[in-house]
Amino acid sequence: MPENDAGGARTIFTDTGIRRALMRIAHEILERNEDPTNLYLVAIPNGGVPLARQLAANLREIASSEPEVGVLDTTLYRDDLATRSERPALRETVMPAEVDDRIVVLVDDVVKTGRTIRAAMDALMDFGRPRAVQLVGLVDRGHRELPIKIDFVGKNLPTSPGEHVRLLGATGGADGPLEIVVLPEGQSLESARQGGSEAKARTMLGGAA
Amino acid sequence: MIGNDLLGIEDLEREDIQRILDTAVHMAEVSEREVKKVPTLRGRTIVNLFFESSTRTRASFEIAGKRLSADVVNFSPATSSLKKAESILDTARTLDAMDPDCVVVRHAVAGVPKRIAEVLDAPVVNAGDGAHEHPTQALLDLFTVQQEKGRLDGLSIAIVGDILHSRVARSNIYGFTKMGAEVRVAAPPPMIPPSIESLGVKASSSLREALDGADVVMALRIQSERLAGSYIPSIREYANTFGIDRAKLAYAKDDAIVMHPGPVNRGVELSHDLTDDRPSVILDQVRNGVAVRMAVLYLLTGRRPRAVAAPDEGGLVT
Amino acid sequence: MSRILILGGRLLDPASARDETADLLLEGGCIAAAGSDLDSRGAEVIDAAGCWVAPGFVDLHTHLREPGQEHKEDIASGGRSAVAGGFTSLACMANTEPVNDDPATTDYIIDRARQESPARVYPIAAATKGLKGEIMTEMSALMAAGAVAFSDDGKTIMDSGLMRRILEYSRLVEVPVVVHCEDRMLVLDGVVNEGPVSTKLGLPGNPAAAEEVHVSRDVRLAELTGAHLHVAHVSTAGAVKTIREARERGVSITAEATPHHLTLTDAAALDYDTNTKVAPPLRSAADVEACRRGLVDGTIDCVATDHAPHAVHEKDQEYTAAPPGLIGFETAVPVVLDLVRRDEISPLELIRRFSTNPAHIIQRPGGSLADGEPGDVVVIDPNRRWTYDPAKGYSKSRNSPWAGLEMIGRTVATLVEGRLVYHVDRGVLVP
Repeated sequence: MPENDAGGARTIFTDTGIRRALMRIAHEILERNEDPTNLYLVAIPNGGVPLARQLAANLREIASSEPEVGVLDTTLYRDDLATRSERPALRETVMPAEVDDRIVVLVDDVVKTGRTIRAAMDALMDFGRPRAVQLVGLVDRGHRELPIKIDFVGKNLPTSPGEHVRLLGATGGADGPLEIVVLPEGQSLESARQGGSEAKARTMLGGAA
Repeated sequence: MIGNDLLGIEDLEREDIQRILDTAVHMAEVSEREVKKVPTLRGRTIVNLFFESSTRTRASFEIAGKRLSADVVNFSPATSSLKKAESILDTARTLDAMDPDCVVVRHAVAGVPKRIAEVLDAPVVNAGDGAHEHPTQALLDLFTVQQEKGRLDGLSIAIVGDILHSRVARSNIYGFTKMGAEVRVAAPPPMIPPSIESLGVKASSSLREALDGADVVMALRIQSERLAGSYIPSIREYANTFGIDRAKLAYAKDDAIVMHPGPVNRGVELSHDLTDDRPSVILDQVRNGVAVRMAVLYLLTGRRPRAVAAPDEGGLVT
Repeated sequence: MSRILILGGRLLDPASARDETADLLLEGGCIAAAGSDLDSRGAEVIDAAGCWVAPGFVDLHTHLREPGQEHKEDIASGGRSAVAGGFTSLACMANTEPVNDDPATTDYIIDRARQESPARVYPIAAATKGLKGEIMTEMSALMAAGAVAFSDDGKTIMDSGLMRRILEYSRLVEVPVVVHCEDRMLVLDGVVNEGPVSTKLGLPGNPAAAEEVHVSRDVRLAELTGAHLHVAHVSTAGAVKTIREARERGVSITAEATPHHLTLTDAAALDYDTNTKVAPPLRSAADVEACRRGLVDGTIDCVATDHAPHAVHEKDQEYTAAPPGLIGFETAVPVVLDLVRRDEISPLELIRRFSTNPAHIIQRPGGSLADGEPGDVVVIDPNRRWTYDPAKGYSKSRNSPWAGLEMIGRTVATLVEGRLVYHVDRGVLVP
């Protein structure tokens, strides 16, 4: 149910839709991985964080075992640092457990080129040697530039490369309403939508999609 | 905004300082990892150009650069036979021809990093110039205080010692006052620079007055070989009047921390026990120095926009 | 010799207090006549409409570096730069290699100047052998060779007893002893004025007191000995005050100030440009103001450039290591004209301080446009705008804090002994 607001942002995934998708993905993760205690959700900030938290809650509900949730900033591993003049702001990395021999499930909100996922995998390897790495992408925009495949996808969303797709909502907890919006080419999140202070703060930190 | 170089805290805005400190928080996390290395500056070359020897600062920059995967080259003209054969600017031009991505400069004379920055294409980080500035030291001090106190705004900082010859004092005066803290300095009168109040601090020759209610007590190193007999009667007299021990620290707030840029002359600037134990945070300063320098190197080494002359205006377009 | 007619300029002759538009005729190396409708048959004409026509400038404080440091300057290049700035006579300091402390060196300088320099050159001989502050030089012999004054300049004579004897002995030859007043123990390693700027820069400070202590000492010694003391490059308010009081008491004292100490403050050093490093250092705004007032009220007799060339590689060093000094001939006029533009001094009085007073101090001709006086004349366009580029100047060196700046006022023509030696459109017309 796409809708347009004053700023031109188009909502393509509502809170209900997102939570429904995350529940389905939780089931799919359990289907694929028999031992839920070995799971380790690693969120790519900022969008991945509320999604990973929600997924962890879902897994506890289904399998009565809540996996650890880590947060892994990929900024220092980006492949475009040498070509950009402006340095992107760094974000938090919190890895509460060892990754050795764990099934690491990377969680990101929007997957497009695959470059962030490449950076995340490199970063992850510096923390240890996981038994396997799987990937949750809430939205798959296509336009892949690296051979990266999403294991658990929320929604496939054909977009034009110039559009921006953003997750709005709580950055930390899993409680706030979430939504995925599409911004027309050349439109910034600030001009499109003032989604409360949290959304604004995230804008200042910049996206890494 | 942070310019191409980091020559002094004086040139920075409050937002710049905050951005460096925020970045350093994450760099500190990298330093806590088992693999303390990220590929950020892979293939980049950082030159430590140290005309004045300083094992500690140089090592800190070297580790910072290496944790970001840069190639770090140490170049110390002062220790080589080149010393007088080449002017500082020639040395800089020679280096520039090797295309470094960042040059870290330390020199015993104020202003040299600035002059070198005017010649070099690469960003220049001042690692201490004469009695002028030592910006990364101030940044690591700010970082450490922020870590300890949770804020900088509204704090009282007492800086004690040879203010006249201290670049650490000047950079910290700029840094703390820009971040909203109040700075007092205390020293024997010959060690207080003329018109120091013009930098926005309160100067006193009374240790008690300077320490009264202070949240942070920062002692500076006394260059005993140079100063005793001319600026102060003796080291012993200095230690008695301006050396800080637990009794004198009692003038400050109960939860005051003690800092020192190192290396400490034990029993002179700080009593033996204050050097090693809480509330001293000297080793945290050293540790944070790496994180802060990683942040500075990261922020300064973005691809530099090339200046291109606009065909119709002749101005600079970046 | 040829005849030259300077047409339609504003004649400024401090010697006769004349300030009016008139033509000036030079003939036979001398001033021949001033007025209108002069008989100018066969004369080369210099159009001076809108310009000042004044007696050629006399610079009491220059470093021509020859013999010994010809990579910085020599008598030929220094002389050319001087006439391009409007100076027709130069007194040059003794810190050459060898030091000008014996008649042979004085002789050499005068001889070289005769051959090479378009400006007149008057050597100032050393006051002590080798500028070491230990043994007095042979003043009579040096006088006989052509010295016009005695000075150790930058090597301040710290031994007060010796200073007293030098002043006493100078009464025998009746020429001024020129003093660079800086107490070396107070200067120590100071390179910028001690104050907020030195604190900010983190460079060692040089306190105003270092100058004032020695001005006071030397004034007392001049009073004691009755000798003629000339204080070089006054830079502090305290020194101006001490000199003013001494003059009021009747002490035989004269003084000079440089264009830089009259216009630049220590803030000029905030970029660590070593071309702002001079001795004594650039001072506070209050000191600059006091020096200007001193120049205006006559406490300070004259403007002297302290033209001190240094090679680029010598200035391209650490601020502490770079040698002090700047080149000053070609910028003196536009820089000091600031005082006229701000209505602090009249053109006539300014010319008095550039020409008449300094000529008088060294008892040499010049400083007057009266008939029969030497044909040393300068034509200044006080409004001409130009950009100063030391590379296009005549000095061998480029150490100027004014490089690249827009200037107002320029020397248009300079005549020495009735001969045109410089014209702004034709450059220096070498002897």
